[in-house]
Amino acid sequence: MKAWSLALKLLRRDWRAGELRLLVTALVIAVASVTSVGFFTDRIERAMQRQAAEVLAADLRLDSSQPLDEKLLQAADQRQLRSAQTVGFPSVVLNDGNTQLVQVKAVTQTYPLRGRLLIRESTTGENLPTQDIPLPGEVWLEERLLPLLGLDIGDTIKLGQLQFHVSRVITYEPDRASNLFQLAPRVMINRSDLAATGLLGPASRVRYRLLLAGEASALEGYRSWIENQDLKNIQIEDIRGARPELRLALDRGGRFLHLTAATAILLCVVAVALSSRRFVERQADTSALMRCLGASQHQVGKIFFLRLLSLGLIASLAGTLIGLLLQSLLIGLVGHWFTQQIPSPTPWPLFSGLGTGILVLLGFSLPSVLRLSRVPPLRVFRRHLGAPSVGYQLSIGAALTSLGILLVWQIGDDKLAFQLISGLLGGLVVLLLVSHLLVTLLKPLRTRSAGSWRYGLASLSRNPATTSVQLTGFGLGITVLLILAMVRVDLLDNWRNALPAESPNQFLINIQPHEVDGVRQILHAGGIESDGPFPMIRGRLIRINDQAVSTDSYASPRAQRLANRDFNLSLANEMQSDNKIVSGRWWSPQQYDKPWFSVEEGLAETLGIPMDAELVFEVAGQEIKGVVTNLRSVQWDSFNVNFFVVGTPGLMAGQPASYITSFYLPKEKRPLLHQLIQQYPSITALDVSALMQQVRAIMDRGVMAVESVFLFTLVAGVIVLYAGIQASRELRIQEAAILRTLGLSRRRLLLSVMLEFTLLGGLAGIISAGLASVISYTLATAIFELAWQPNYWMWVVAILGGALGVGIAGILASLPLLNNPPLAVMRKI
Amino acid sequence: MLQTSSLQHPVTASGLTKFVDTSEGRLDILQQVDLQVEGGEAVAILGASGSGKSTLLGLLAGLDEASAGEACLFGTPLHTLDEDGRAALRAGKVGFVFQSFQLLSGMTALENVMLPLELAHHPSPDEAAKIALSQAGLSERLHHYPSQLSGGEQQRVAIARAFAPDPTVLFADEPTANLDSHTGERVAEMLFDLQEKNGTVLILVTHDEMLARRCDRRLHLKDGRLDSNR
Repeated sequence: MKAWSLALKLLRRDWRAGELRLLVTALVIAVASVTSVGFFTDRIERAMQRQAAEVLAADLRLDSSQPLDEKLLQAADQRQLRSAQTVGFPSVVLNDGNTQLVQVKAVTQTYPLRGRLLIRESTTGENLPTQDIPLPGEVWLEERLLPLLGLDIGDTIKLGQLQFHVSRVITYEPDRASNLFQLAPRVMINRSDLAATGLLGPASRVRYRLLLAGEASALEGYRSWIENQDLKNIQIEDIRGARPELRLALDRGGRFLHLTAATAILLCVVAVALSSRRFVERQADTSALMRCLGASQHQVGKIFFLRLLSLGLIASLAGTLIGLLLQSLLIGLVGHWFTQQIPSPTPWPLFSGLGTGILVLLGFSLPSVLRLSRVPPLRVFRRHLGAPSVGYQLSIGAALTSLGILLVWQIGDDKLAFQLISGLLGGLVVLLLVSHLLVTLLKPLRTRSAGSWRYGLASLSRNPATTSVQLTGFGLGITVLLILAMVRVDLLDNWRNALPAESPNQFLINIQPHEVDGVRQILHAGGIESDGPFPMIRGRLIRINDQAVSTDSYASPRAQRLANRDFNLSLANEMQSDNKIVSGRWWSPQQYDKPWFSVEEGLAETLGIPMDAELVFEVAGQEIKGVVTNLRSVQWDSFNVNFFVVGTPGLMAGQPASYITSFYLPKEKRPLLHQLIQQYPSITALDVSALMQQVRAIMDRGVMAVESVFLFTLVAGVIVLYAGIQASRELRIQEAAILRTLGLSRRRLLLSVMLEFTLLGGLAGIISAGLASVISYTLATAIFELAWQPNYWMWVVAILGGALGVGIAGILASLPLLNNPPLAVMRKI
Repeated sequence: MLQTSSLQHPVTASGLTKFVDTSEGRLDILQQVDLQVEGGEAVAILGASGSGKSTLLGLLAGLDEASAGEACLFGTPLHTLDEDGRAALRAGKVGFVFQSFQLLSGMTALENVMLPLELAHHPSPDEAAKIALSQAGLSERLHHYPSQLSGGEQQRVAIARAFAPDPTVLFADEPTANLDSHTGERVAEMLFDLQEKNGTVLILVTHDEMLARRCDRRLHLKDGRLDSNR
């Protein structure tokens, strides 16, 4: 208790005396940026997920071939979840002797829960968003049905036993995208009309769906409840399982945001480490005096530890509150980018902020602050006796442990965190070595220069240890900023380029083998480029290495779903250009007749398919057996046609196949599509431009969020700059006062300070540019799987930016020394 | 070995030796110093710069370890204790006054004086510190920071800090060397007043003969050897 109260008293005195301001500021900024980034990313991510939830028209969807039990709905009501129901089934519509297979969807009033329907009130009218659904007795149709059935708005059609009035054209249906390969055109009616149509018989192929939306915790609760209900034949779908393109876009968006948050932490950690070092130097007298006055090493250590802990708690709390304020400003800034309301903050980032503050202090301050307990009491007589240097193992161990925890925690990706840490550790060693080398190289220059140059150079080499630490601090700061800038500019651009403006926006499916050449010719004649058509064979995976595949073999819903459905298999001579082999090798022409499979890596991981596994598929009642000889990564968000499993021509040839292709169709060439459909009426054309727009919107918002978060990192960078400059403050004050007393003019003193810091910044820039290039290469190639190009501008920016930034900051920090009389300056030491 | 009662001779040294190994060989700083200081006695250790005065003071106070010989504080041989044991021996019973004052710049005069009291778990450090400062004539300066005080005032704060816990032994290292003669005299006056009033043992290191004359005994240190009877 005594130690606590003494520690708190000392803390209060330190604070008043300004001893702790730098450390506290660094800590507050670290915590504020972590919490604001945490709150912000948490909310934005949830908003992005909600936006993406449009693909399901819900946050969670239950899907069954049987009517859904009433208790499922009741349980949702109890949890205050919003709900809607849809019933979908194929049917035939008759009009004037024309018959057409359609996909009927009967919806309840609240449909869709996420996203909106776009409709047209006349064939030539505008696309309008609506919250309505067809009134009883009304039907809304997909546009392509009108020419097929010779209908117009206002006409009536018969669906089963009931006559319907055609009142609207549906141009966009949010959850349509989740079933891209639904062939038949949409017909939407009110759920209350369904029974009267008499269309639902015992043998009907019906999908009953319950759509749910609400708070994440309520959804989670519902999900775990339903998983304990032992319900057969019900699939639970959420956004991540819905479409791989969107899942990828979301995951990457999240990764970018967390990477940005992690860089803010890294910068603040540098600032905290630098300012703790200075704190220890300045507190050595206190420690020596306390020992002199009879305090034991343990007592001194305890008092400093408690001081640090209370400091950590107070600063973290302050940082957290600032973070909370900042994130609401930020949300206000970007909120309008989202079509929906941003979800309110969860308390989790609050704890993570406090945790971060304490962890940063423990890892980066404690080892050096505890050194204070070992300051020899003899320092009261011999001022040069400082705290013994801290054991490398202890300080590096503590720093790495806390950094590791922080990064894994923030990034949520062990691999990325591990690479960042090892990159940084390697970088740190390089930085220290190069810094030391540069400082040594500067020494001889000093004797060959004159005037301000000599003072500037002398300042750098007067204390090689401090200069190396400064250089390392600045270097690390600039490196982190550069990496972030590159992540932001290069990687985000690359990311967006992965979905270029001319990505395929049309799919043609159900092309029969004898139609392939004709389709190819029409497209070619119309100047449309396409890699396809690709053969598509329906098959079900039944065994992996002689183990039968069933839903019971898997825990994850995605794996269960995959195990339970037909795959689209294909065959190919060459691998598609946007695929990449991650393991094994693609087959050569001599190997075309081997019974081999190529499997997409994500699928292999989900279903537990190892390399060299023997897979057995059932295709049209026949078993096809082959060995997995390579795993591929597939760029799902490219909108090219891609397959989870591809076989060799020898293995797959002769199987019943239809063909599929995708291509980019500019607006002005739409008539070509009409020509194609007229000539081959059985082919289904699917327009995915709406889905693509959605993916693009998610990416764009991700980019904007990263850019906003980038601002925090910049502030953190400024603090590193400040901390670095303060590291040599005492010595500089003393020297400046002496030099001025001896008659050095303010102008020359200013020049020497400017030279000192500009040189320091420029050198840090050189080291950082090299280090950042290596790290960005690793990030781009290993983590984001994007192309990397050397960035020469980065070197220019790093060196000039470092020299200018550090130079200006150094001058600003030194101005008080120049403007105050030397005696006043000396007295402050 | 000298066997004396700790009250009779709170500070003793026998054969006290200190040397350091340098690149040019062994450098002797103190050689075979014998010393007995009686309770309430004021002893001056005189010598030129570099004669080893501060080293002797550091060894007697247990701030440093001897190369050979023995120093005892309150009857306890210091070499038998570790750093913490020596600190515990000093706690509340040993005070210091330094040439460069050694006030903590971040603390006010009052807080500086409170520090040793707080470390010794004094029941009311605030009150005791105020009394000590008023005895030093600094009642008006309680909340000033060292940088806002003159040199003399700073040293008076240091003396107040040294006497506040009512120590048995006070080590003073050139307490007036950084002050002008007039201020130095006032500070010395105060130092000896308090010493006499409290019956404190004073071990004073100085090169100032005038100051040394006010002590009960004067010892001269030359080339690391003590010449006591001049």
